Amino acid sequence: MAATRFLGLAGTRLLRLLTSQGALLLLLSLALFGSFRYQTFLTPLNLMNIMRQNSMLAIVALGMTVVILSGGIDLSVGAFVALGGVIAAMLAPAGSLVAIIGGIASTALLGMVNGLLVSRALLQPFVVTLFTASAARGLALSLTEEKSIAVSSAASGLVWLGRGFIGPVPVPVLIVALLYFAAWFMLHRSLLGLHIFAVGDNEEASRLMGVNPDRVKLVAYTISGLLSGLAGVVLAGRLGAGQPVAAFGWETDAIAATVMGGTFLGGGQGSVLPTLIGVLLLGMIYNLLNLEGTITPWWQLVLRGGFLLLVVIFQQRVVKTAG
Amino acid sequence: MKSKKRGSGWRTLWHPNFGAPAALLILYIANAVFTPRFATVSNTLNMLLQVSTTMLIAVGMTFVIASRGIDLTVGSTMALVSIIVALLINHGMVIAIWAALSAALLIGLINGFLISRLKLDPLITTLAALIMWRGVAQVVGDGRIVPFAHPTLEALGKGYVGLIPIQVVIAAVVVASAFFCVRSTLFGRYLVAVGGNEAAARLTGIRTERVKYSVYLISALLAGLAGLVETARLAIGDPSKIGVNAEFEAIAAVVVGGTPFSGGRANVLGTVVGALIMQVISTSFNMLLIPFTWSLVLKSLIILFAVFVQRPQEV
Amino acid sequence: MNQATSTVLCMTDIKKSFSGVPALWGVNFELQAGEIHALVGENGAGKSTLIKIMTGAYRRDSGFIEYGQNSVAFQNPTEAQAVGIIAVYQEIQLVGFRTVAENIFLGREPHSFGIIDRRRMNTGAAEILRRLGLHINPRSPVGSLNIAHRQMVAIARAISFGARVLILDEPTSSLTQTEVSVLFDVIRRLKSQGTSIVYVSHRLEELYAVCDRVTVLRDGRNIVTQPLTTLSRLDLVCHMLGRKPDQVSKGVTAFAGRPQNAVCRSVLLQAEALKYQHCQGSVSIEVRHGEIVGLAGLLGSGRSETARALFGAQPLDDGTVKLEGKLLELRSPHDAINAGMAFLSEDRKADGIIPELSVRENLTLAALPTLTQWGIVSRKRQDKLVNRFMQRLSIKAVSAEQKIHELSGGNQQKVLLARWLCKNTKLLLLDEPTRGIDIGAKGEIQRLIAELAEQGLGVLMISSEVEELVEGCQRVVVLRDGQSVAQLSGEQKNLQAILHAIAEGADCQQAVGG
Repeated sequence: MAATRFLGLAGTRLLRLLTSQGALLLLLSLALFGSFRYQTFLTPLNLMNIMRQNSMLAIVALGMTVVILSGGIDLSVGAFVALGGVIAAMLAPAGSLVAIIGGIASTALLGMVNGLLVSRALLQPFVVTLFTASAARGLALSLTEEKSIAVSSAASGLVWLGRGFIGPVPVPVLIVALLYFAAWFMLHRSLLGLHIFAVGDNEEASRLMGVNPDRVKLVAYTISGLLSGLAGVVLAGRLGAGQPVAAFGWETDAIAATVMGGTFLGGGQGSVLPTLIGVLLLGMIYNLLNLEGTITPWWQLVLRGGFLLLVVIFQQRVVKTAG
Repeated sequence: MKSKKRGSGWRTLWHPNFGAPAALLILYIANAVFTPRFATVSNTLNMLLQVSTTMLIAVGMTFVIASRGIDLTVGSTMALVSIIVALLINHGMVIAIWAALSAALLIGLINGFLISRLKLDPLITTLAALIMWRGVAQVVGDGRIVPFAHPTLEALGKGYVGLIPIQVVIAAVVVASAFFCVRSTLFGRYLVAVGGNEAAARLTGIRTERVKYSVYLISALLAGLAGLVETARLAIGDPSKIGVNAEFEAIAAVVVGGTPFSGGRANVLGTVVGALIMQVISTSFNMLLIPFTWSLVLKSLIILFAVFVQRPQEV
Repeated sequence: MNQATSTVLCMTDIKKSFSGVPALWGVNFELQAGEIHALVGENGAGKSTLIKIMTGAYRRDSGFIEYGQNSVAFQNPTEAQAVGIIAVYQEIQLVGFRTVAENIFLGREPHSFGIIDRRRMNTGAAEILRRLGLHINPRSPVGSLNIAHRQMVAIARAISFGARVLILDEPTSSLTQTEVSVLFDVIRRLKSQGTSIVYVSHRLEELYAVCDRVTVLRDGRNIVTQPLTTLSRLDLVCHMLGRKPDQVSKGVTAFAGRPQNAVCRSVLLQAEALKYQHCQGSVSIEVRHGEIVGLAGLLGSGRSETARALFGAQPLDDGTVKLEGKLLELRSPHDAINAGMAFLSEDRKADGIIPELSVRENLTLAALPTLTQWGIVSRKRQDKLVNRFMQRLSIKAVSAEQKIHELSGGNQQKVLLARWLCKNTKLLLLDEPTRGIDIGAKGEIQRLIAELAEQGLGVLMISSEVEELVEGCQRVVVLRDGQSVAQLSGEQKNLQAILHAIAEGADCQQAVGG
């Protein structure tokens, strides 16, 4: 009897592990698969490349996670990345500091506009961010006359942000690590974090209990805007140019990474570290597809969309069975 | 109507039966005065021609939004239809069109299943589907642009009935039938009832699930039709360009036309006016040599403004 | 003077109207220290308005509130909370994914420089839970607790604010028997610690089990305030429903004088052993053609649930439903409607009207398929139908095209009733058909229901107005805690018997239904 009970316990443990750490397990098994299939896959170089290539998306997904946790959604992140990068590149002649701050501040401001429209004007998040996205994309294209803007050599700091190394570690990867740690601390240790969770969980109850949901949402969208801008700045440094067409469709990847990491789409439940795993998982899938080579790049889109859909369906099922 | 709507002046200005048509009129007159060669018959027809595909999708989107949903897959549906038609046209036009529209209906069916049966969030569902179907379209066509020559099919996009382009005729017919559908058919009445109060509609015996299914099927079918027209006009199957941003244009038309996101109202004529407003703005910018990209910015701001003035009142 | 020292809260002559309609006509309420004070009344009595004025959620139009020694006027719940008046509502407002401790302290977390002091929060929460005699881990998420424990967390939150007056609004409505006893332990413990409790409930057993005194409100007025030990159940129910058992009032409803045809017609509806969640007992009901059967019981006795379940709008755990001898499988309202049933919900706004649509559209919504040919709704037939019913029911509207939400409650109800009359309906399920409706329209609706029954329709009518049941129905089934406890007809069907059955349930000597 003790044995069956133990087995039953192990079963529920396994199920819980699968639902909570599904992304991590998937990541590990994919890595295992990749290492058997390609000698080049599990090399430090390739792994570091995957991390570096996906660090911008990781920054964006972090902001998305915060917004989704607060019960919203932000479709404007992709366009903000482009706008942030373009503005940084345009300000580059004035020096790195101006460029970096300008790029981040502009999108942080737009994020704040998102937050105000959602919290004060009571508009639906997806409507607001869908159209601020098109406005931001249009602005990025207009400012650059649809051309890519090379980063001036005056902004060595900007380039360093995208391409530099500290010891063996690429700067973008370092930025990601710092940001994720800071966000984790903010969400799980600070008042603001608790309030973000509370508002995303049950806005009405939070209001009754003395939390100010309007302010929380404003902060969440501003954080997302700010991080998108930062991602754009890093991207511009890495590419050596501000590209107005950059980061197209990143909002879906960011949502996918967030949801894959187990953050509940309805808000209130989840964390940031699993989002990072989600990002790496996406990155590894694309990397393997590239290594595979025989699969046309068009399949990437199918997989991206289909994957997000599957994850969302899976989450719906889990939520439903959990009651 | 003896009841007065409370609210700010802006809100009354944007009253669904008044604001949008007035805005269209003012925009048209202002352009007639300030933009050279704007108020000519050929330019007006040209504008109608350019807006007709958006109109088709926007009509479907009106239905979806009236049911409290959203459908972002329309652009990808156009792309898939486009490539299927182009690949199959050599096997005969009927087969090509039949296959293409079946594919469109399949997309609608899957959307309907996910949203009305599995109760997934329409936004995320169709956002994911948008990317997936665009990918499928490119996989089907191997990412290539497929040109074709088929006079009968091309007539769909390039032909004229008298002075009027066939496209415009198609759009007009669809708008008229959609208007009639909302106003006079059982389905139309069920649609606004479900969007207006789903619980009450269910308790009246309306099978709300079916209504939602139908809405996504209609949206997909109209998107398919739009894809067909666009493909015929360009005489190419282009899975990567056709229908890009179509969902944006359609939602814009619906919103500016005064169909609220809160559902329960399907203002088809409003959507027509909304689409025309957006087209007049694009055309006038074009003629005034203002870059397309700035018009995108301005259009987005106008839409946000329209959403803002129509925002739900705090109760 | 002696009494004044022990009085915690004293509300005098409280008046409140909502857009001109008075909800409270000058209510007095007095709460003593360490007292459990029951506040009871049927729908529209003004309990929730009074509570909301107490907690600052509403502001009174006039009257005085004295709290401790001071006169107070709370602007919002936060102010009332700050001085120790806190309500725990029926729908417990907690944040489910967060922990117990976080829920208790949300909004005033112990922190330094924006960083939460979790240890202090958890020990603080544990301390409060211990004071309540509860064994709940402050670190577990609230969502993982059962409803009773969630309620305890809400109460603990209130206590952590230093509540001196705790208002519990229907605290047991979704608790099981054992959970109720846990709640009672906590309540008694609080009482012994000097906290005053306002206890709102419809369950008589509970009132007698824990409460010291009771205040009965009816239609926004004080009826009585009295120690429960000196008030019999029957008297309490009489006060709540505004009836005296020996009172002979005839002809108060439009049903009066109608022939109560004793002709035995064939059975229309036969529902047996219906069971749903939270309820131990089961409900059995039979309705014949041309008969109006009343469903009596206090709020929360399972009246509405029974009607909704019969209509397929709510799943049944057990039981069978037969219509004209045919066993029905009710998966959705659609099935019930096809079988010939119709349902008027008590909540017109949420479950009845489609607010933005016109009277015409609302009225014909259910009958639309019969007005449709080739998928097209015939406007002509629609208009004809609408005209006929607007006349027959004398629905007052500017025109058939007026939006329904602009109509008065009575006229909305008539439209909803007409919605089913213009269809072939065999059985009408009416949930409080005349509540919240002006007297004139009320009479008209009652007359109409009687007429319909005379024409052969079966009617199952839920009502809190006992006269409606006595004068309008051929038979009355009394429910109590989700169980049919009595079935009264003929001579037995009088005010006294119904009140008695509601108050005492199966103990009464009347014919027991089944």
